[in-house]
Amino acid sequence: MTDLAAVYIGAGLAAIGCGLAALGVGNVFAKYLEGALRNPGAADSQQGRLFIGFAGAELLGLISFVVAVLILFVVR
Amino acid sequence: MSAGKINPMEQFEVAPIFGQRLSLFGYDVSFTNSALFMVVVFVLLALFMSGGMKRQLVPGRWQMMVEGAVGFIDNLVQVNIGKGGKKFAPYIFSLFFFILFANLVGILPLAVIPGLHTFAVTSHITVTAVLAFVSFGIVLFVGLAKHGFKFFSLFVPHGAPGWLMPVIVPVEFISFMVRPFSLGLRLFVAMTAGHILLEVFGSFAVQGMSAGTSGSPIGWLVWIASMAMIIGVSALELLVCAIQAYVFALLTSLYLHDAVHLH
Repeated sequence: MTDLAAVYIGAGLAAIGCGLAALGVGNVFAKYLEGALRNPGAADSQQGRLFIGFAGAELLGLISFVVAVLILFVVR
Repeated sequence: MSAGKINPMEQFEVAPIFGQRLSLFGYDVSFTNSALFMVVVFVLLALFMSGGMKRQLVPGRWQMMVEGAVGFIDNLVQVNIGKGGKKFAPYIFSLFFFILFANLVGILPLAVIPGLHTFAVTSHITVTAVLAFVSFGIVLFVGLAKHGFKFFSLFVPHGAPGWLMPVIVPVEFISFMVRPFSLGLRLFVAMTAGHILLEVFGSFAVQGMSAGTSGSPIGWLVWIASMAMIIGVSALELLVCAIQAYVFALLTSLYLHDAVHLH
């Protein structure tokens, strides 16, 4: 196996994190919708918290993207 | 783009637009495409705002749009900063609309006209990091000016037992210091990832079409699938443009809340 192949495999493995963050983001919105359907009156006031949770979950996926790009373009 | 290797990074190249490089005291100060698109965003924003500032008693459509925008930010600031947050509304407003307009201008499909290539200003970490550090600087300045050394009680959560302090204070401190990086990184990576995705599917479409015209039916299949993906990803990117601008403004106002009220 050449070094370049190892770089590509590493970048691909790092990109798994993006998929896992997708689970997290989906979970955030799913739980919000679940709660909002149970109590629609309280839904609007919690939208800020929804986006804070979204931002946190998404950031970790974006960091795995950054790691993949760093492996692809910088580390080699 | 030639067939074969796809280079999704060339779209982010910053280059002087008038050909030659200007240098001042050893620094490169040429007028680049990035600077040009910042000016474009500024002009668009100025036009948008000035169209609605006529202060008519019965607002027209344009004035309703601008009033809605101002009211939206006003509400965001009031909910998240609370008392004493009104004076930060202009900053949050400029932040939100600069990022939103820069994101939207960057995704305009103007590259169909040869020679015209829109540049997403926010897809560079230099730009987003400056925005994030300005926000962080304002938080530090306001917090220290308002509370003095009591500002550092931000790192000591209420109700935590004393023996936990050696652990929890460093953790809070790190999470505080990481804020500007996460703020800038989030916007930069979200925009960069979207543009790379669009570029990759665009190249697939071009290569599929060139394979299709030279007699391969699979080429047309690839072309159709890529075009469908481009439409879907563009719609998703429009959503991401708005959400990222909103998240940036929201997190900035939350950090300002910490600085103004200390928890």
